[in-house]
Amino acid sequence: MPLLELVDVSQSYGTHKVVDRLDFSLERGTIGCLLGPSGCGKTTVLRCIAGFERVSGGEIRLEDACVSGPGMHVPAERRRIGMVFQDYALFPHLTVAQNVAFGLRGESGSQARVYDLLHTVGLAGQDRKYPHELSGGQQQRVALARALAPRPQLLLMDEPFSNLDVDLRERLATEVREIIKSAGTTAILVTHDQHEAFAIADEIGVMHEGRIQQWDSAYNLYHCPDNRFVADFVGQGVFVPGTVTDPETVEVELGRLRSRVPIECSRGCGACGRGCSVDVLLRPDDVIHDDGSNLRAEVVHKAFRGAEILYTLRLNSGARVLSLVPSHHNHALGEKIGIRLDVDHVVAFRQPEAGPRTETLIEPDSIPLLKRAQGIRAA
Amino acid sequence: MNYHWDWHFFTRQVQAGDETYVDWLLTGLGWTLACSLTAWIIALSIGTLVGTLRTTGSRGLAGFGATWVELFRNIPLLVQMLLWFFVVPELLPRDLALWVKQDMPAKEFVTATLCLGLFTSARIAEQVRAGIESLPRGQREAALALGLSPFQAYRHVLLPRALRTVLAPLTSEFMNTFKNSSVAYAIGLMELTFQARQMQEDSEQGIETYLAVTLLYFLCAFIANRGMAWIERRTRVPGMIG
Repeated sequence: MPLLELVDVSQSYGTHKVVDRLDFSLERGTIGCLLGPSGCGKTTVLRCIAGFERVSGGEIRLEDACVSGPGMHVPAERRRIGMVFQDYALFPHLTVAQNVAFGLRGESGSQARVYDLLHTVGLAGQDRKYPHELSGGQQQRVALARALAPRPQLLLMDEPFSNLDVDLRERLATEVREIIKSAGTTAILVTHDQHEAFAIADEIGVMHEGRIQQWDSAYNLYHCPDNRFVADFVGQGVFVPGTVTDPETVEVELGRLRSRVPIECSRGCGACGRGCSVDVLLRPDDVIHDDGSNLRAEVVHKAFRGAEILYTLRLNSGARVLSLVPSHHNHALGEKIGIRLDVDHVVAFRQPEAGPRTETLIEPDSIPLLKRAQGIRAA
Repeated sequence: MNYHWDWHFFTRQVQAGDETYVDWLLTGLGWTLACSLTAWIIALSIGTLVGTLRTTGSRGLAGFGATWVELFRNIPLLVQMLLWFFVVPELLPRDLALWVKQDMPAKEFVTATLCLGLFTSARIAEQVRAGIESLPRGQREAALALGLSPFQAYRHVLLPRALRTVLAPLTSEFMNTFKNSSVAYAIGLMELTFQARQMQEDSEQGIETYLAVTLLYFLCAFIANRGMAWIERRTRVPGMIG
């Protein structure tokens, strides 16, 4: 029995649907994450689970008891949740220890619990300070300790790291994961930052336009995206057009791609081998720099990343691909370098122009981020 | 100017009895203090309650709060004094009205204090509401998520923060209460202004009288100001502005 279950949950503000028939569930002890661009409805979902907002449709179940549903709403204070807010929402008129002890309300042993928690989050000895005397990262830890103190059955975190600098963000995300795991708490995180999601969550739901596009592990989201939106939002990459010649092979401008698993260009389509026109997802790590290759591409942009350089390359047809190359291969703009493809499994989506629209949830036009390879169709 | 200055008249006996003018002045000061301080307590309690009601998100409670505020701040204080004194008793049940008009002890004091307290409560309600609404939404939600009831959230988080925020305007309001209490002379409360008029007529030393009364009002307001400043310092979260 999952600890948390959302069934067909909808939420609208006026006529604007923010959350649209959302379904997911979370097992005890797991850390889930709602990942999506701003305005996708993820924070609203979190606020509905917390009980700060009523749902306009569907049902939220906690420990198999309905807490939100038609004509029914358990107030936030009776849901046994803990919440970490984006701005931490610490109580500035109380000391660190008073903040952490706040949810315990003087129950016996609360002092020892506060001390333990401050120790766990690495703030032992800071108990008498006021929140504003702490750094952002420290305030974040106080917020976490405060939320964990009453031993909530579910911990909710709303963009908890977005106010921190990037370095601290990932380090703290990993630390927070350890703390939550060692407390055995079930948690949900909401974020727009995929690195944060990868660092902390066991399961990630990618949200767009009020719906979950895919609920999966980080690995699968990156390597086996269910649709174009997920492919585009998670990780980098471009789509290049290709033609499927048999279930394991697709022809693209860069050559013939062999996939170790049958290519499925849309769910339920089955392996296709009838010359379907598809868009093939090429990640930067699929395009390998190889001086010995006959295939040449021109460097049009480069981004130095320390250990690697991310090159944007123009093919003869004008299409662009990304390539991640060890950074000692330093090439100048305009230079032609040799590349080859190394694709483990092909991710392809049927071209929307070809045949009847498949049940892909996303209209290609609605994806602002889509970095579709340009110009190749003209060639 | 033919005015005959006499700063010693204060110690002279009044014409109407065996008290001195200083006695009259001190009586006035006593009523002013009693009326202002009691009104302030009424105003602070009711004002905080009404201001809080307006932020609860319940339509009924917020509507009640809004009506309260509009009722008491849209009518001039002097008119309110007269209404409470002359009109309200007429609206009471017969027996109660009779008691209020004939037997109620310290009738002027009770009426003036109630009137001033309620009038000021509307103003305090608005300040408290503004203070609560200035807090980030997360404060209330953080308290609720930690299992506090809405009442406890107000008691332990929202009001302690909001009242600190609005201490400065509350200080002005406290000082105003002393100054506004002078309006009570219109219904015959023997406070400072009332006594001043009486002293002026009795002694014909109007300038000295009003200078003395001015100084006393000034001192009251000034001490109120210093007192609030002390509270502000005491309650300030160390190292934080506001």
